[in-house]
Amino acid sequence: MKVLVCIKQVPDMESRFKLNAAGNWYDTADLAWRMNEYDEFAVEQAVLLKEKAPDTELVALSIGPERVKEAMKKALAMGIDRGVHVQDEASFEKDPYQIASVIAEYARNENFDLILTGMQSQDRGSAQVGILVGEMLGLPAVSTVVGFALDGQVVTAKRELEGGLKAVVKVGLPALFTCQLGLNTPRYPTLPNIMKAKKKELTAIPVATLLKDEALAVTEKVSYPEKRGSGLVLEGEIGELTTKLVALLKEKTSVFK
Amino acid sequence: MKALLVGETRDGKLLASTYETLAFAREIGAEPVMFLVGSDSALPHFDGRLHLADAARYGEYNPGVHKALLLDVIARENPQLIVFSHSSYGWDLAPRLSVALKAAQVSEVVSVVDGALVVPACNAKLRRQVRASSALTVVTLQAGAFGLAAEPTGTPTVEQVESAAAEKIEFLGYEATEKGAVDLSRAEVIVSAGRGIGKPENMAMIKDLAAALHGEFGASRPVVDAGWVEHNRQVGSTGQTVAPKLYLACGISGAIQHLAGMKKSEFVVAINTDKEAPIGEVADVLVVADVKQLVPALIAKIKAL
Ligand SMILES: Cc1cc2nc3c(=O)[nH]c(=O)nc-3n(C[C@H](O)[C@H](O)[C@H](O)COP(=O)(O)OP(=O)(O)OC[C@H]3O[C@@H](n4cnc5c(N)ncnc54)[C@H](O)[C@@H]3O)c2cc1C
Ligand SMILES: Nc1ncnc2c1ncn2[C@@H]1O[C@H](COP(=O)(O)O)[C@@H](O)[C@H]1O
Repeated sequence: MKVLVCIKQVPDMESRFKLNAAGNWYDTADLAWRMNEYDEFAVEQAVLLKEKAPDTELVALSIGPERVKEAMKKALAMGIDRGVHVQDEASFEKDPYQIASVIAEYARNENFDLILTGMQSQDRGSAQVGILVGEMLGLPAVSTVVGFALDGQVVTAKRELEGGLKAVVKVGLPALFTCQLGLNTPRYPTLPNIMKAKKKELTAIPVATLLKDEALAVTEKVSYPEKRGSGLVLEGEIGELTTKLVALLKEKTSVFK
Repeated sequence: MKALLVGETRDGKLLASTYETLAFAREIGAEPVMFLVGSDSALPHFDGRLHLADAARYGEYNPGVHKALLLDVIARENPQLIVFSHSSYGWDLAPRLSVALKAAQVSEVVSVVDGALVVPACNAKLRRQVRASSALTVVTLQAGAFGLAAEPTGTPTVEQVESAAAEKIEFLGYEATEKGAVDLSRAEVIVSAGRGIGKPENMAMIKDLAAALHGEFGASRPVVDAGWVEHNRQVGSTGQTVAPKLYLACGISGAIQHLAGMKKSEFVVAINTDKEAPIGEVADVLVVADVKQLVPALIAKIKAL
């Protein structure tokens, strides 16, 4: 079996975001980067499959500038066999349709039995790319998966809906799934596996060779949200903070009555 | 401009979010036409055409079939906009139309400015203004971003839609997460732990603080997924909805799905090292501090009262 996992590198969400010069995305300087959280569940799911069926081949693909190789190395250290880096300095300007079409173009003749993506990326958050890829390739696609069991060529998956409800579905391979938080417990790469990952194959493909579609939407502008919060911000030394907080709770709430 | 609104039903009931699509259409001044896989006995209230497919026949989750039904309605109505909720139904179906129609999809719209769609980015720390270049645009709306000012009224003219499309994904049924004994919705004080607590051992101080305030403890999703707290204490769109007198968010960033479960709380205190964490938008008090230091100090202070 051959599996493709799509991974995106995103900034740590605890970062302080500044705007770039063009005003159409965040400034990428001085950010700490990591693998998109949702994609870690996709990588883990693929590695779990290989643990059960060792002849499985796991390929990870990431579109972006040089630095995305770091996210790729993590995937390889978690147990992915080889990486494909689609080199694109301007991936942030591509819309989800273009990102998906680049992935679909790569996957079209590779005969993957299974494609896994994250449910959404933490920075862009469109929650589109996975399903778009599935539709472009004519594969059945199931989104927001929190349960995945493969039996022969058939997957029984649980889709998460709102309010604690799940939909149980059955689908034959080849198919695509978008992975939701909690699907599994992503492993931390061990030191020996980090060393082994350095020797794994990492192919580079310039994005121009895979990009066939124009963007359907453009980001005109990025801004900070108007502060809706009218709340009080308390900063300072711990003892002072607790005194102030307790006074506020006494004044504004009935919890001490 | 004509907008095709896509309503939702679950287990035979019309979902209230259907009216958010109607509110959006009103706000932008578009003529609303609706598509719904539902039933005659649970029709939405509005004046306009409703293209209705029978849920008993087409199922509530059958993306391939629902896509075919929608494409048929789109061909008949020729709308400029197709509007979904950003829900497990909407984000699953919208991209399928995007590919079939080569139409831009813009996800999680929170407002419209000069005809451009505004969406959040980076856990709501940024806003992105997007403009589609395709003739037809598919949008999904952030839950709760649009609402009708008054109770919906009106009676749609119903047109039945049918399809012979086959589905590759077999729907086996719904499964509910066990509810368990904890009902956080009635708690007056809730102290919730987020990933910022760092490690499972730190749950003890969260529980101690909850006890000192005679309240319950809750958690954000990553804390539950990691197994530090049982699922029946998760607060958010896929957990419980709570409205206590005091909600204390400890090391919780304030993602939209978490806010969905607690924003009706009377008084919100957030403890976070990140002054810009989006929880600040709903917090009455944001204490910029390390939970591991602040929480024990707070417990001591309360006990000394
Ligand atoms: C479809 C869907 C449904 C979801 N449903 C839910 C749901 O029901 N409930 C839910 O909670 N989430 C839900 N999520 C996940 C949600 O998007 C967020 O990922 C999640 O809420 C983040 O949890 P968190 O705030 O604990 O963690 P993070 O986002 O990682 O935030 C941790 C916070 O802790 C702060 N911090 C770090 N260290 C410290 C310290 N020492 N002291 C103080 N603060 C510190 C950081 O600044 C940060 O703000 C859902 C997601 C999706 C896609
Ligand atoms: N630049 C990228 N490279 C590889 N995969 C991506 C990229 N962008 C998005 N994806 C995949 O698509 C998923 C959904 O992303 P999005 O539609 O942007 O929310 C992510 O979780 C990834 O699996």
